[in-house]
Amino acid sequence: MSSPATSITNVGTRSDDKTDATRNKSSRKPSVNVGSTERTISTVGGAALALYGLSRGSLAGIAIAAIGGGLIYRGTTGHCNVYEAINVDTAHGKHGGVSVPGNSGIKVEKSITINKPASELYKYWRNFENLPRFMDHLESVTVSGEKNSHWVAKAPAGTTVEWDAEIINEKENELIAWRSLEGADVDNAGSVRFEEATGGRGTVVKVSIEYNPPGGIVGATIAKLFGEEPNQQVQEDLRRFKQVMETGARSTTEGQSAGAGR
Amino acid sequence: MKAICWYGKDDVRVDTVPDPKILNQSDAVIKITSTAICGSDLHLLNGYIPTMQKGDILGHEFMGIVEETGSEVKNLKRGDRVVVPFTISCGNCFFCQKEMFSLCDNSNPNAWMAEKLYGYSPSGLFGFSHMMGGYAGGQAEYARVPFADVGPIKVPDELEDEQVLFLSDIFPTAYMAAENCRIEPGDTVAIWGAGPVGLLAIKSAFMLGAGRVISIDSVEERMALARQAGAETLDFNDEEGVLELLKQKTGGRGPDSCLDAVGLEAHGTSMGAIYDRIKATAFLATDRPNALRQAIVGCRKGGTVSVPGVYGGLLDKMPIGAAFNKALTIKMGQTHVQHYLKPLLARIKGGEIDPSFIITHRMRLEDAPEGYASFKHKQDNCIKIVLKPGQSAATTNGH
Repeated sequence: MSSPATSITNVGTRSDDKTDATRNKSSRKPSVNVGSTERTISTVGGAALALYGLSRGSLAGIAIAAIGGGLIYRGTTGHCNVYEAINVDTAHGKHGGVSVPGNSGIKVEKSITINKPASELYKYWRNFENLPRFMDHLESVTVSGEKNSHWVAKAPAGTTVEWDAEIINEKENELIAWRSLEGADVDNAGSVRFEEATGGRGTVVKVSIEYNPPGGIVGATIAKLFGEEPNQQVQEDLRRFKQVMETGARSTTEGQSAGAGR
Repeated sequence: MKAICWYGKDDVRVDTVPDPKILNQSDAVIKITSTAICGSDLHLLNGYIPTMQKGDILGHEFMGIVEETGSEVKNLKRGDRVVVPFTISCGNCFFCQKEMFSLCDNSNPNAWMAEKLYGYSPSGLFGFSHMMGGYAGGQAEYARVPFADVGPIKVPDELEDEQVLFLSDIFPTAYMAAENCRIEPGDTVAIWGAGPVGLLAIKSAFMLGAGRVISIDSVEERMALARQAGAETLDFNDEEGVLELLKQKTGGRGPDSCLDAVGLEAHGTSMGAIYDRIKATAFLATDRPNALRQAIVGCRKGGTVSVPGVYGGLLDKMPIGAAFNKALTIKMGQTHVQHYLKPLLARIKGGEIDPSFIITHRMRLEDAPEGYASFKHKQDNCIKIVLKPGQSAATTNGH
């Protein structure tokens, strides 16, 4: 069976997408197909890349500067040729309650085995306010109802992004699935599944996270250049979840003694 | 406090650093009374272990008095005298519960680094690179010890520091290596390297029922200690060749098990050894497995090769055909120290062994940089150095 995060992305009506794309293609001057948050990130990120590229002065530096220039164009005009070519439009609203429109986002699936019963792990995770204890990109999650919560996540350059989320599927001790609601800074959806490992070896925890990165796919690529790799991030979140559940705390050396490092 | 810090190849310094603090409530802080320099610390000194950072506090063989405990620590209290295992282990994961403590799932905060190289990460270690957790080590006046209920073992007052200090690493390491030899009564065990681990492995092999132990080294004072421990010795540089001599000494059959207590910086003048040096220097390989090659080729058919010597990265020209066609068993790994603490402390208490026979030098903590240099160059008959934080030169000036 496919994960709930996958299935919810297929809920939307695809005809809206096509309409938007057709409209963009038919206009003569470069039309706006990039959302406003994304345009800002494109412009700022593009400028940073351009400056970085120029300062290197090498052939690779010139290439980086050119990419930066392209991003500035994209940010200031709101038009992305790449998006046009792949029929993506992040400027024009939502599509029938879909959190992450089909195949346009980033999807990460990871799993880990934890030496604890599923019931214990489920109970901890089900209280979303615990999530920032092991998901480092989260600043806070506030539970506002049986199914609803408000999430604040860290974004580049000390900023934050926020969204409301609802639980769309749950089965005690087995599964929790959630997604962001209309008006989210970052559209996202996720699910976690708890399965008993063979031979009494604890519980296999399978997580699927899907999101539309701020700045689109291009933004995600820039983020990767600066070390924010979503696969690694989810893996580390799971590792910390395991540490917290198996040992009561995250393993750390932060704040330990060291020489001055001359 | 004062601590011995790594600053690069052949550059260790005495530094003044902040005192350690409790970071997790399962931590303890130990005031260190004795701490040793390990042969594997030389791999750090020689720049063979990646992911060291300037200012890292060295040391993974230490003991002392509990100074402070986190609120969740139940088994220890201030004033307890303890030996600390070099492996950091949570006690709760799949591996710890199988007593494979050096494979703990949870104690390495930098597990992702080790995963890149090894696929899966072993446990965190004290003072042994960031890939192994980046934990500040015990060549210092104080150390923070995570999972204080799982690692440290309380030791009775009647035993001296020097009798129990090596429970932290090299005695369990030697003992596990001997156990890994799967010794049957009367077996012949060949041991490459008569350094501290090799010497303690001789004793351990006899404890486990070996009939004969053949120790292979080239440093005379080490071979003398090996003979005192009951081993026959064989000179690594003998012109007849180690493999031929081993064959002669074992009636043409070969030793039942071979133990490599040398590790990744083996010396040697064979073509293989010279080839290794060139490759390692050019960073085409990281480890020089000369002792391991001999152990594999020298071992009898159906025998066992045990590897406590540290290997970190890649090696080349392994005689895998010899291992396969002779149906050898190869056992290796970092020591599951916690598994061995109680039984080995009992052996020390019962007078079966006094591991302090390997100590040749006692120094102040502040003298560690000179200690490292003489240990590296095997000057002044140096075999094992114990550092005494907080003591004056007068009381440590004994050989």
